[in-house]
Amino acid sequence: MVGYIIRRLGIAVIVVIGVAAVTFAMLHYVFPSPAYAALGPKASHVAVLAWDKQHGYDRPVLTQFLSYLGNLVHLDFGYSYKLNQSVTALFKENAGRSAYLTGAALVLSLAIAIPLGIAQAVKRNSPLDYTMTAWNFALYSMPSFFLGLILIQIFGLDLGILPVGVSDQITTTWQAITHPKQMLLPIVTLTAINVASFSRYMRSSALDNLAMDYIRLARAKGLSERVVLTRHLLRNACLPMITLVGLSIPTLLAGNLLIEALFNYQGLGLLFYNALQAEDYAVLLAYTIVGAILTVLGNLIADIAIAVADPRVRLD
Amino acid sequence: MTENAGSTSTAHASTALPGGLYGSPLDGPEGGEVQVISSGWRLAVREFADNRLAVVGLAVLLFFLAFCFLGPLVYHGNATNADVLNANLPPSGAHLLGTDEQGFDELANIMVGGQSAFEIGFFASAVAIVVGTLYGAVAGLVGGFVDGVMMRFVDVLLAIPFLFIVLVLSTKYTGTVVSISLVLGCFSWLIPSRLVRGEVLSLRTRDFVLAARVMGSSRTRIVYRHLIPNALSVTIVNVTFLIADSILVLSYLGFLGFGLQFPATSWGDMLGGAQAYMSNGYWWLVYPVGACLVVVVLAFNLVGDALRDALDVRLRRR
Repeated sequence: MVGYIIRRLGIAVIVVIGVAAVTFAMLHYVFPSPAYAALGPKASHVAVLAWDKQHGYDRPVLTQFLSYLGNLVHLDFGYSYKLNQSVTALFKENAGRSAYLTGAALVLSLAIAIPLGIAQAVKRNSPLDYTMTAWNFALYSMPSFFLGLILIQIFGLDLGILPVGVSDQITTTWQAITHPKQMLLPIVTLTAINVASFSRYMRSSALDNLAMDYIRLARAKGLSERVVLTRHLLRNACLPMITLVGLSIPTLLAGNLLIEALFNYQGLGLLFYNALQAEDYAVLLAYTIVGAILTVLGNLIADIAIAVADPRVRLD
Repeated sequence: MTENAGSTSTAHASTALPGGLYGSPLDGPEGGEVQVISSGWRLAVREFADNRLAVVGLAVLLFFLAFCFLGPLVYHGNATNADVLNANLPPSGAHLLGTDEQGFDELANIMVGGQSAFEIGFFASAVAIVVGTLYGAVAGLVGGFVDGVMMRFVDVLLAIPFLFIVLVLSTKYTGTVVSISLVLGCFSWLIPSRLVRGEVLSLRTRDFVLAARVMGSSRTRIVYRHLIPNALSVTIVNVTFLIADSILVLSYLGFLGFGLQFPATSWGDMLGGAQAYMSNGYWWLVYPVGACLVVVVLAFNLVGDALRDALDVRLRRR
C-alpha cells in the first residue's frame, strides 16, 4: 500500500511539472511579459525593454521557467500588476469563500444524489424513475448559468424572497456561512447541476449491485429491505462515487467560475473572471496551475481512497 | 422486444412434418429456427431505430438544423442593423419573439446563434476526432516507450481545467467560428485519443487481425481495413458527446463575454446580454434562447446515448 502511494505520488509530481511547463509555454506565447501592465499601455519601447531586463524577462525561456518552478515550490505564484498584490495573497483572501460555495454544493449534492439514485434503481421503471431520469437528463444538458438565471427570475425577481446576487457586504468566509439567505441561490444552482450527473452514475451503480448474488443472499436470509439497502447495497454502490467525485474537480471549478460570475460572489472564480477582462495574466496562469494541481490531487486521492475502501482493487 | 432483439431475422427451416419422422438429416436442420445474422452496421441502425428517445433526438436535431440554416430564407428578421427605436419590444406580429437591446429581431438572432452553435460543434469535434484518432492509433500501434510518453502527455493536458485554458486563449484571439472551433478542438481530442488507443491495443491482438497478418496483409491494409473500421464505433459515439460539450462550452464563453464577434452571435452571448435586462421582465430575451440551447444539447446527448447502446456489442440486447 505504501509503495503504491509513493508510486502514485511520483507520477502526480511528474504530471504537475508537465502541467506547469505546458501552461507556462502557452502563457509565454500569449503574453511574454507583464511590462505594459506594470508601466501602463503608453510606456515607451525602451522603458519596456529596461523593465524586462530589470525583472528578468529578457532571460532565455528555459531559465525563466526554472525560476518560475522554483517560485511555485515556495508557493510564490507571481505578482498581479493590475491589482498590485501578490497572487498568493489574492488566493488566500478568496479561497475560503470558493471552497465554502463548492464544498457546500458538493456535500448537498451527494446527500441528495446517493439516496435518489438508490431509490430510482430500487423502483426501476416506475413513474418516479422515469420522471427523475428525464429531469436529470434535462439538467445535465443545461448550462449552470441558465439554471441560475431562471432561479434568479423566479425567486429573486418574481417572488422577491431571495437576493438576486450575493451582497458586496459578504467579505469573509464566516459571513458567507452565517448569511445562508445570500448563499442559497448559488448553492442550490450548483447542487442541482451536480445532482444531475451524480445520480445518473449512482442509479446505474445501484442497478449493477442489485443484480448481484450478495443482495439475493441478504434477502434470502430474511433481512428486512431497509437493512439490505442501507447496510449492504449502499456501501457497495457508493464505491464508484469516490472515483466520480475525484474526477469531477475540473467540472466543479468550471461551475464555480460561472456561478461566481453570475451571482457576483467574491471568490477565486470571480477573481479569474475579472483577471480575464483585465488581461491580468499572472492571476490567470496561477489559477490555471492551481486548478490543474487540484485536479491531479483529486485523481490521486480518489485512487488511494478507492484502494483503501475496496479490497478488490488490485494495486499494480 | 422479444429475445430475438430485432438484430436477427428468423426463418422457419423446416416445413416438413413435425418430429422429422420421415425426414433424413438432409431435409434441413432440426431444432426450430435458424437465425440469419445481418451485418454489424445494419444491426446498429436497427437497434438505434428501436430507441424511441433517440429517434426523437435525431428529429429535433434535423428540425433545428433546418430552422437555423433554412429559417432565415423564410423569416426575414433584422439581425444585422442596430435599431434603437425598436429595442426591447415584446413579441408581436412583426417580431415573433420580440427584439433585444440593439433592436435585433430575437428570432432571427436565435437562428444566427444556432448556426454558429452547429458550425462550431461540428468543426471543433471534427478537429478533436481527427487529431485524437491519429494520436491514439499511433500510440496504440507503436506501443512501448513512445506510447508511454505520448499518453503521459495526454495525462498532463487532461489535468489542466478545460474551461480555464480555453478562456485564457480566447482573450488572445478574436472570436470567430474558426478560431473558437480550433481552440475547442485542440483541447478536446484527449479523451478520443485515449479511447482509440485502448481500442487499438485490444484489437491488434485479436484473431482476425492476426489472421490478416498471416495472410500477408500489409501494415497499412491492416490499419485501414481492420483497425480503423473497428475502432470507429467508439469514436462515433464520442463525437455526439463532443458536439454537445462544445456547444455548452461555447455558451459559457459567450455568457462570460468571450464569445463571437458581431455579426456572428451565439446563444451564450445572447443570454449574457439578456442578464442585464432580467429585472425589467424582458422574458423573451432569456427563455426562448435558453430553451433552444438546452433542447439541442439534450438531443445530442440522447442520440449519443442511443448510439452507444446500439454500437456497443456488449450492451446489445440479445
